[in-house]
Amino acid sequence: MSTAPTPAPTRATVPTPRTLRGARLPKWSPWALAGGSLVLAVLLGLVADMDNPAQLGLIAAVLFVLGTYGVAARVEGRRQAKDRVATSLVWVCFLLAVIPLASLLWETVRQGVKVLDFYFLSHSMGVVADTETGGGIYHAILGTLEQVGLATVVAVPVGVLTAVYLVEYGRGRLAKAVTFFVDVMTGIPSIVAGLFVLSFWILVLDMGYSGFAGSLALAILMMPIVVRSTEEMLKLVPNELREASLALGVPKWRTILKVVLPTSIGGITTGIMLAVARITGETAPVLLLVWGTNFINTNPFADPQASLPLYIYQQYANSAGYGAAYDRAWAAALTLIAIVMILNLVARGIARWKSPR
Amino acid sequence: MDTTTQNTEQPPPTPPEPASAATTAEEGRAARGATRPGDRVFLGLSRGSGIFLLVIMAAIAAFLAYRASIAIGKDEGNFLTTMEWNTNVDPPVFGIAVLAFGTVISSIIAMALAVPVAVGIALFITHYSPRRVGGVLAYVIDLLAAVPSIVYGLWGALVLVPHMEGLFGWLDTYFGWTGVFEWQEGAPRSLLTVGILLAIMILPVITNVSREVFRQVPRMHEEAALALGATRWEVIRMSVLPFGRSGVISASMLGLGRALGETMAVATVLSPTFKIHASLLDPGGGTFAQNIASKFGEATETGRDALIASGLVLFVITLLVNGAARMIIARRKEYSGANA
Repeated sequence: MSTAPTPAPTRATVPTPRTLRGARLPKWSPWALAGGSLVLAVLLGLVADMDNPAQLGLIAAVLFVLGTYGVAARVEGRRQAKDRVATSLVWVCFLLAVIPLASLLWETVRQGVKVLDFYFLSHSMGVVADTETGGGIYHAILGTLEQVGLATVVAVPVGVLTAVYLVEYGRGRLAKAVTFFVDVMTGIPSIVAGLFVLSFWILVLDMGYSGFAGSLALAILMMPIVVRSTEEMLKLVPNELREASLALGVPKWRTILKVVLPTSIGGITTGIMLAVARITGETAPVLLLVWGTNFINTNPFADPQASLPLYIYQQYANSAGYGAAYDRAWAAALTLIAIVMILNLVARGIARWKSPR
Repeated sequence: MDTTTQNTEQPPPTPPEPASAATTAEEGRAARGATRPGDRVFLGLSRGSGIFLLVIMAAIAAFLAYRASIAIGKDEGNFLTTMEWNTNVDPPVFGIAVLAFGTVISSIIAMALAVPVAVGIALFITHYSPRRVGGVLAYVIDLLAAVPSIVYGLWGALVLVPHMEGLFGWLDTYFGWTGVFEWQEGAPRSLLTVGILLAIMILPVITNVSREVFRQVPRMHEEAALALGATRWEVIRMSVLPFGRSGVISASMLGLGRALGETMAVATVLSPTFKIHASLLDPGGGTFAQNIASKFGEATETGRDALIASGLVLFVITLLVNGAARMIIARRKEYSGANA
């Protein structure tokens, strides 16, 4: 306190900055710049006779980024200007990505609701030509449910047991190899899985096209996803639980079945449902192996079946140009998205509800 | 017992050791004795399923290679360089040159478009948006990753393709002279459109993985940079991006794997021809997966084997790409100590 008076005269000679921070643009400046560049872009568009909104949007974005840099460089300095440009570029990235993704959902809903009603869900395409209106997706939903159900029945035990092996027993070279190939298997293109089942099941074993052949390929695609997610969940189970159980003299396999798996069952279910959602939308293997039909075939083990994704493709591909077929394709796409999204949401709901606290 | 007799250097401790070891082993055996069958069965089952997965991978390679060798044996052209796909004529002539070209080009376009944007969105979610918004966005992107590819395909063919005409005209007007962006006529169902659609499809995948990596950047690194007076962009450039580089690379390679193997979206959008066009805007070309899907319906026995041969090539390529991506992730785990 006693030293306070002495530096006062020197302070008077140097202009005192009012704050320690440099000059800053006001908070509203990005919005003003955005508005300004939009107006400028529209004016430019009027002058140059352009009316494509995407083009105008792009011009506005470029103007906005340049303008931000210019203004900020003058007021705040180059480093701050770079920071602002990075911020606006990140925003542009975000908007750029949102547009197609929003359009995808919007178009599917808008076009899909046209013919989507109870009749559509409860009738097949039997005796309905592709060019006619009417018909429905009952046979396709049935096929998809059966194929995905069978694939789940095949893939889940294998996947869960493999994960148990990796977490509870796995040591050494075999476990390493399994981990690596599970990872690689996640990336197998679905069409390759389809080709494998084709060459093995249909060409070599000489079985016919059927829903089950499709589910074999779907199971191959599903297994690594189940292994991965189950593994993550099992790793989250505290070791103390295992040790407590083993210390009571409970054998290891009963510890796994009665302690480890029940503890993580919520997460495992979530993983399985996400995997189911993933394979429900797979088209390529179904195209190669199930073949598709317009009629209801309830038996997945013999004769071609239909499936929802395949139905969308066939409605699109086999009847190009006819509005009725496109409407059906959109409606089926909306149904498919709805199924997948519901599976996803329920799975996440389970994850939240059962999450280890 | 062998070890104790050979161990002549330390005679004193030998007498008690075998005794205690024997008793503990005895006890252990007794304690575990009752439960052994169950454990053995369970271990066998779980190890068996692990081995089963390996067998599937081996079987995929083996069966594809077997059918492919049949097809390539009958091929009158050169499998790698022939630019034709005539499997239904008597000496069949086919080769994968066009397919390899189309697959690589469309994937490169997709990567070039998707990676920067995906990194941008990941940064937006982790570092720019308000926390609430970021959470919701991450959730939405997760859901978008789940949209089936056939829906992307339908949207691409019926919504994106008509909207591409403006861009194609613009590219042709200003960059047509390069030859790469020359647009003569026809609907814009070309490799460029396919690349753009693939970019949109792999965007959620790359974003999700990059976001996870950016989120793991040690808080201390960022706070240290901020304390030195760095702006937000400098923080990102100096601490977030270097930390996340390998993660972004592997995320991109996972996306690349997706793009390479994508079938239905390409099959709906592309109007395939068996030619290599110099211009990206000319309709035509093809990719491995798309060719399999569109030629399969009319393929004869040889035709199917030929398609399987092309599938084998695709399988090997994706295997390499994914394997490399996983190796990068694994190496990063080892040295950074951040376990993903």
